Amino acid sequence: MNRTRENSWLILIAIVGVVFLIGAPQVLELFTIINLTTAIAMALLALSLGLIWGFGGILCFGQSTFFGIGAYAYVISAINFGGTSWAIVVAILVAAAFAAVLGYFMFYGRVSDVYLGVITLTVSLIFYNLMRRTSGPEYKIGDAQLGGFNGMNAPPLNVPGDASWILFPEDVFYVAMAALIIGYFLCVWLIRSHFGRVAVAIRENELRAELVGYDVRLHKLILFAIGGGLAGAAGVLFANGVGRITPDVFNLYNAALTIIWVIVGGRGTLIGPILGAFGLFYLIGSLGQQSSINNNLVLGVILVVFVLLGPKGIVPSIIDLWDRKRGRSGAFARQGRRRRNRSPRKVETHHEG
Amino acid sequence: MDLYLALALQIVYGIANLVLISLGLAIIFGMMRVINLAHGEFLMLGGYTVVVSTNAGLNIWLAMLVLAPLVVGIIGVIVERVMIRFLYGRMVDTLLATWGLSLVLIGLVTTIFGAQTATSISPPLGAIHIGDFTSSGYELFLIGVTAVLSILAYCALKYTRIGLIARGTMQGAEIASALGVSTSRTYAITFGVGAAVSGLAGGLLAPITGVLPSIGATYIAKAFITVISGGTAILAGTLSASTLLGSVNSVLSYITGPTMGEVGLLVVAIVLLRLMPQGITARLFRRSL
Repeated sequence: MNRTRENSWLILIAIVGVVFLIGAPQVLELFTIINLTTAIAMALLALSLGLIWGFGGILCFGQSTFFGIGAYAYVISAINFGGTSWAIVVAILVAAAFAAVLGYFMFYGRVSDVYLGVITLTVSLIFYNLMRRTSGPEYKIGDAQLGGFNGMNAPPLNVPGDASWILFPEDVFYVAMAALIIGYFLCVWLIRSHFGRVAVAIRENELRAELVGYDVRLHKLILFAIGGGLAGAAGVLFANGVGRITPDVFNLYNAALTIIWVIVGGRGTLIGPILGAFGLFYLIGSLGQQSSINNNLVLGVILVVFVLLGPKGIVPSIIDLWDRKRGRSGAFARQGRRRRNRSPRKVETHHEG
Repeated sequence: MDLYLALALQIVYGIANLVLISLGLAIIFGMMRVINLAHGEFLMLGGYTVVVSTNAGLNIWLAMLVLAPLVVGIIGVIVERVMIRFLYGRMVDTLLATWGLSLVLIGLVTTIFGAQTATSISPPLGAIHIGDFTSSGYELFLIGVTAVLSILAYCALKYTRIGLIARGTMQGAEIASALGVSTSRTYAITFGVGAAVSGLAGGLLAPITGVLPSIGATYIAKAFITVISGGTAILAGTLSASTLLGSVNSVLSYITGPTMGEVGLLVVAIVLLRLMPQGITARLFRRSL
């Protein structure tokens, strides 16, 4: 996709986003709006993984760890501070800092991507086991009881500066949707910046990027920390959407779900993971009403089918179809094919935005 | 004195437990360089095999030591033929596909047996006494089984023809294939053996932990971290990593309770990987199995 067309797409996305932000609470019922807030939190989490996996080539299986850490940090600090504004900042910083520390050990140890995936997943599962065991009264941070298996109630967002002015669920929806739009455009800006181009170069060929003179480890670390912070912000929205945070955010099911959003929506795009998250949230919601089909089964089949049959994800497929229809594939596609023949590595197409 | 003996027994059991739950994964990883994310579900299937067949009237020893590995081993071979073999050389896709498989297996077992614990079975051996302390006889039995299993694996790799072929394929699949070894069949058999060992481990642990469709998740964090810390040498890697991590886990659990045990295990493993990114056996014990 060339830059002009990409920009018109971005404008379209922005318009759709803002219309949805303003229009949804006017049309939909309150119950749907509260559910949508949770879905938006999921979409922001998907965006964070779409950023680091799709553009940095960092295969993180435990992105939901940072999501959960953000949610817990938000709740714990909101209870201790008595207000939520600084709690949001703390949540994002704690999640980003944890990602940075974990990333230091992995990137500076030059752990391979398969190991990285498994290690991040393991971290998530250990958090799950750890938080489940914190039910005793001795497990508290400041005034906040961690609550073990039952988790903790999340204080709702308040207007900055006035802790007694608590936002209504509709207002929380506005905040969430605005956060998603801002997060999306921040990511677009990031991958168009010099830093983002280096990240993509590292994804394409780590050795080459290093020989050209870029510090691969540092770039990956920074991108990973940014992804962690974004996931932490998603955790804050999630805690508000559900009103409660339990150790289940760290479980295997949520870790798998995050990966599946990105695979279904399309790696190498930013809008794909978001749409994947919304789509699967809707699918699981409608499956949940008929209990005969198990969610794990559905997700597992989706994952196996997408990996074995190898569709590129919904958004890249649509873009390809569009390009072919408009006859734009011509010279570029031929060039791409020739390049593919030369190198045995699977070449994926990537689009910004 | 008795306290130290009891504590030492706990540490040895902690190590044996890690070896037991990791060995099947290590066999597949050592051979194909692929982490099988459905490993926990292989353990879970082993557990269900034992519980279901024992409740149907089969002798518990027969169910644990023969039926569980057999059933899960066959499932492993089928999985390899139907799914894994199409993904050789695509490591990330293999990981994702086995993760999908893991979800499918959890979903299927939940649909068939329900999400709750199936009727549990009790450990077939009673308690033993060390001075003032009691210890479970079944844990001693598990330590024995793990030792026998490790020795068997060593002998099979070192002294049999199949073991020779397996080691050759591990060191250089292309050369082995040029010398007339069917690497595809070797991989299928290895995957089956790895699954069978996992099934055996799951069956043996079922009387202690009970079985749940999602029980796999409680094992895999430890199993993954053990195998990755160990590196690609199947036995030396699993044994050295289990010894280190199992001791840390047991000692920390003894001092601070079970909550910190796993966290300590993870922290040690991550620091270890910073120092030795390819695992212990890439640096130490390099020529070992």
